[in-house]
Amino acid sequence: MSTTQWPLWEVFIRSKQGLNHKHVGSLRAPDATLALENARDVYTRRSEGISIWVVESANIHATDIDDADSFFEPSDTKIYRHPTFYEVPDGVKHM
Amino acid sequence: MTQAEQERRFLDKIDREIKIEPNDWMPDEYRQTLIRQISQHAHSEIVGMLPEGNWITRAPNLRRKAVLLAKVQDEAGHGLYLYSATETLGADREQLMDDMHTGKAKYSSIFNYPALTWADIGTIGWLVDGAAIMNQVALCRTSYGPYARAMVKICKEESFHQRQGYESLMKLCNGAPQQKAMAQDAMNRFWWPSLMMFGPSDAESTHSDQSIKWKIKRFTNDELRQSFVDATVSQAQILGLTIPDPNLKWNEDRGHYDFSEINWEEFWQVVKGNGPCNKERIAARLKAKEEGLWVREAANAFAKKRAMKKSA
Repeated sequence: MSTTQWPLWEVFIRSKQGLNHKHVGSLRAPDATLALENARDVYTRRSEGISIWVVESANIHATDIDDADSFFEPSDTKIYRHPTFYEVPDGVKHM
Repeated sequence: MTQAEQERRFLDKIDREIKIEPNDWMPDEYRQTLIRQISQHAHSEIVGMLPEGNWITRAPNLRRKAVLLAKVQDEAGHGLYLYSATETLGADREQLMDDMHTGKAKYSSIFNYPALTWADIGTIGWLVDGAAIMNQVALCRTSYGPYARAMVKICKEESFHQRQGYESLMKLCNGAPQQKAMAQDAMNRFWWPSLMMFGPSDAESTHSDQSIKWKIKRFTNDELRQSFVDATVSQAQILGLTIPDPNLKWNEDRGHYDFSEINWEEFWQVVKGNGPCNKERIAARLKAKEEGLWVREAANAFAKKRAMKKSA
């Protein structure tokens, strides 16, 4: 049948001032303008957002799930980056 | 990593209630089961627009019309969330739709029944969306991340669907005797097809066992059907409508309502394509696809033209 598949876009929405844009899902659209309008209709029918980003899915680069363990390992081993690593006497305040 | 090692890791995640995400390794059968189930769900949302869409221009007043329009729009949105979820599994959206058109993929058998009167619209909201919600609330905890997230969003939006239906029926039931009779008639026609929405009985269900093990499904068809009956009886009483089942009665020992056996012959007939509206529904979907083709092509041509202007 038809082979007019539109490109896939990832949709990010800022729900209110002061918060990050957050990934909410994807949709298909022929261009960015229509992707934004479709995103409004599909993902913000109940005032879920005040700003939308759309990015063509093909332009997203991601970490490889199979390398995740080694890729993130450097931060797993550095527990001294967390405040709870350090011992402070009970009486010390405002710290 | 060996296949066995991958599989062990996958099952370990399932055991620990860690969601499976699109790029994670998963057994091929898990992927295929999800594509089948999610696409069937997506098709149901889209085909579900047809019986109701037919009543938008005939709604009795502007309020009901605006509400029905919003509900049908939601269903289009829900179909899209779900098609997107299938795409994260590598499925081709166009192919999935073609599979529905050829009858290879199914949609909920309930939409093969006609919406004959205005009371049917209220009844669809109350019973059909009610049954769908019972199923979908359980799916919010399904093991595949994108499906679970789509379900959470759908459940949030869909609770108005059931309430508006109930409210609309309440009006009819408190209205003229003819209006009440129309509501009862709708109830009589939609009760059994609504119970059939939960699918074949557990003994007959081919996919249930593995789906429960993989936590794609959290409850069996019969468990969900029972929950729906238990929840609906008192709602019918408040409307003053009679559920068309002489064997419906509270069973103290079980702590559930007993009800008659479903007419499975009818169920399988409708699933196999011989329901009152199967052909009409598929014809409407094909017509929409074919007659909308030029719009999709024009949008593509326009996007290309604009991109060329930009780069020039």
